[in-house]
Amino acid sequence: MPDFLLFALVGGLGVAMIAGPLGAFVVWRRMAYFGDTLAHSALLGVAMGVLFDLNVNLAVVSCCLLLALILVSLQRQHLVATDTLLGIMAHSSLSLGLVAIALLDDVRVDLMDYLFGDLLAISPTDLYWIYGGGCIVLLLIWRLWNSLLAITINEELAQVEGVPVARVRLTLMLLIGVVIAIAMKVVGILLITSLLIIPAASARRLANSPEQMAIIASLLGMIAVMLGLYASYQFDTPAGPSVVVAALIQFLLLYSLPFRRTV
Amino acid sequence: MSLVDVNNLSIIYGENSVVSNVSMQLKRGEITTLIGPNGAGKTTLIKAILGLITPSSGQISRSESLQIGYMPQKLHIDPTFPLTVERFLKTAAFSSTQDRLQALESVGAEKLLKQSVHSLSGGETQRVMLARSLLRKPDLLVLDEPAQGVDVNGQIELYNLIAQIRDRYGCAVLMISHDLHLVMAATDQVVCLNHHICCSGHPAQVSNDPSYIELFGIPGAENLAFYSHHHNHQHDRRGEIINAKTDISEIPGENHSSHCGGDH
Repeated sequence: MPDFLLFALVGGLGVAMIAGPLGAFVVWRRMAYFGDTLAHSALLGVAMGVLFDLNVNLAVVSCCLLLALILVSLQRQHLVATDTLLGIMAHSSLSLGLVAIALLDDVRVDLMDYLFGDLLAISPTDLYWIYGGGCIVLLLIWRLWNSLLAITINEELAQVEGVPVARVRLTLMLLIGVVIAIAMKVVGILLITSLLIIPAASARRLANSPEQMAIIASLLGMIAVMLGLYASYQFDTPAGPSVVVAALIQFLLLYSLPFRRTV
Repeated sequence: MSLVDVNNLSIIYGENSVVSNVSMQLKRGEITTLIGPNGAGKTTLIKAILGLITPSSGQISRSESLQIGYMPQKLHIDPTFPLTVERFLKTAAFSSTQDRLQALESVGAEKLLKQSVHSLSGGETQRVMLARSLLRKPDLLVLDEPAQGVDVNGQIELYNLIAQIRDRYGCAVLMISHDLHLVMAATDQVVCLNHHICCSGHPAQVSNDPSYIELFGIPGAENLAFYSHHHNHQHDRRGEIINAKTDISEIPGENHSSHCGGDH
């Protein structure tokens, strides 16, 4: 197996593993649009990274986290409905990113790589980012698991029972921001949310508990990465979209199987 | 000694005074029922008691290490969230399998243990939520319209169940209800709220009081609809009192000042 394919496989599997549990929360808490908005802002992070000569990964993580914080504070002021707010932020940050990159005339940034991912160009440094960041994310989810479930069931009930709701919710948003920054390399800005929600939605068919759903989502995501990469290598299709198509096929298969879920 | 002591509590949103000058006590072993029209501030009041809302003025003192079991008005769990009753109960507090079964048994829902929370009926959901709050060994149970979405027979059963739980666990119960006729028998204290406390008292003591009948209708009447709300004063949209008849002693049968906590 050529090196670039090995790196792509290891990187893709890592991202799919982290995306599983977070994707489950995105589905349960209906945060798909929120994820999309953060993803769109990642391009602004890329532009900032190139402009100020920072590490692009670091710039993207910071940009996602900053946007998550801005969203939370704007949401609290109830200026406009949350989905309107998300729509404004998503497309304006994407446009700002595109404009900023166009203005950087002395650097060439391959937009397609950022928009749709460049899985086959994953470097060993990217692997450190994926696995280092991923370990922190998974550890935090594991530590906060019960609180995260409690706020997903009912935030007021959780508050009465002593869960620091605002803090846990903010942590979840920041974790999603980190994962989006990490996953950008694999499927690109425009497709990241699909890697979060499609495996989680497919996992719902098979899961009888929240824990099962998180783990099955990870496994399905990892299988999708393998299938997508294989297809990409065999048929010379773009890697990121191939992974998403593989995830979609899983979803369609699972939902067309004639069995009733019990829980 | 009371578990919760509410003193001159007011909650103001912008210019709207949602709760004004409310004082009440919640005592161990007592069931307090909060009644009042929609938008009267009942839910706001209990949220303040739960500590979810900061009051604009007044105090709420809770006894030390007060354990509260809360049952929200509705539980919206997304259908994509795979949750059995058993797993749901586990989110309440550390509990053994036996604790969980016992809690379900005490609400008559032990058969539901392995079921999905998404397949429960309205009454079953309320029972399961009640069982969940019992697992926290509460000193105070706060129930926001526990009978919502439950048919009339189920409602009577549910209120009896709440009274049984009070007897068994000795906790205080604070609940919001629209069905005064149904809760009457199992209530120690009724508080009628319309932003301020219009009147409050012990239903057994005041049920023969003409003003009580005037307020809540004849006890045990076949009429199970909302009680008609005849006061000696009226409220405008913001709950301000208008047309208050200052000399209420002139109107026979309308004198409820003896148990009136309102600010008339």
